[in-house]
Amino acid sequence: METINNLLINIAHGIRGFILSYGATGDAADLLMTVVAAAILLGIIGFVGLYGIYAERKIAGFFQERYGPNRVGPYGLLQSVADGLKLIGKEDLRPAGADPWVFTAAPYVVLTPAVMVWAVLPFSKNIVAVDLNIGILYVVAVSSVTTLGLLMAGWGSNNKYSLLGGMRSVAQMISYEIPLVFSLMGVIMITGSLNLSDIVAAQERVWFIVPQILGFLVFVCAATAELNRVPFDLTEGESELTAGTYTEYSGMRWALFFAAEYANLFAVSAIATTFFLGGWQGPLLPPYLWFFIKTCGMIFFFMWLRWTLPRFRIDQVLNFGWKLLLPLSIANIFITGIGHYLLG
Amino acid sequence: MAQFAGVGIFLLFALLFGLVAMLMVRILSPKKPTPEKLLTYECGLDTVGPTWVRFRTSYFIYALLFVAFDVESVFLYPWAVEFTSLGLVAFIEMVIFIGLLLLALWYAWKEGVLEWI
Repeated sequence: METINNLLINIAHGIRGFILSYGATGDAADLLMTVVAAAILLGIIGFVGLYGIYAERKIAGFFQERYGPNRVGPYGLLQSVADGLKLIGKEDLRPAGADPWVFTAAPYVVLTPAVMVWAVLPFSKNIVAVDLNIGILYVVAVSSVTTLGLLMAGWGSNNKYSLLGGMRSVAQMISYEIPLVFSLMGVIMITGSLNLSDIVAAQERVWFIVPQILGFLVFVCAATAELNRVPFDLTEGESELTAGTYTEYSGMRWALFFAAEYANLFAVSAIATTFFLGGWQGPLLPPYLWFFIKTCGMIFFFMWLRWTLPRFRIDQVLNFGWKLLLPLSIANIFITGIGHYLLG
Repeated sequence: MAQFAGVGIFLLFALLFGLVAMLMVRILSPKKPTPEKLLTYECGLDTVGPTWVRFRTSYFIYALLFVAFDVESVFLYPWAVEFTSLGLVAFIEMVIFIGLLLLALWYAWKEGVLEWI
């Protein structure tokens, strides 16, 4: 059992020993290990991008009583790979009216924070690429850059649909960032640490979803909005804005946006798991497996939401954020503080 | 400091991820632009008028509120970390601090800032 639990850690130690045997100093070996970790995580992000889309389509099919992709490979498992190969061969179009620099830079500005957030995700005990002591502050800070990328895409495309989508995305994402940040505060008050590994370790006896149920609910709502997923997908809003911010994007540039979207979906689910669902803690199975099971559960929940709720109007979205979620998230801070002094 | 070097490595890899993908496209994909292909997309119609006009941002006061609360969250994080050790007085002080901002939110609400016009 111990061997299976520590399998990945032992492999990491093996690689580190291998690097050290070539005469590297301890610090250099650590840095090289981060490079290895980053490369592996990029591979996982690519995988999550491809199979996130596959899962989305398959689950959509399931909810609508149809098959979903089932032609390419067994159970359609290679469908996303085929789509990816097709996208590489697509012509790279940039509309003549678009601002060349802003239009080109936008996908990178969206993708980069999505990848960078992965650096601090605690996949298992001692399996973190960069174990920052200000982990969650880093996540919140880095992921807020996404808003800028979406606005750049909307403005740079020189398309009216894109502009509307971009403007909406800014309004929506800044409105929901505050409840998102505040909803995590209760957990930080209990654990007294910003480090994600510490937060998981503090949930050994009871998951924080029990004392922090209000925080969890606010977090899930705000996270759905930050991910621009249904019912908050006004940035895209295919039935009113064609594809919103993404209208002028095609081929690989468009695929970069979607890789970012699924990387973010996984990262947000992983943060929810870490903060409220006990992270990698769990009986019998190895910890990293528990982490993936819980994260996939959250992803399934977000996809379920997509086929359950209709889209909000923009004024409803903002009202919901400012008039309900923000007071609730602040109330959660008060309740946590008062509860600490009354009960503990 | 070494940790932030790790973050830097992730930044580099994230940029490379996109750049390598676009490089592959540049090598492998055809490039035959025609004037029609490069038109702005608008469901088959030609787009009318400029897009980059002065745009009515109905939410700019939201943005001001956002700045106020975002700065507040920066103050809240260090306090939340030390919450248990700082004791009751610090908690009450923080309640007053958040209360002041809630007062601002209530005022903005009353004045109709939170209505989408």
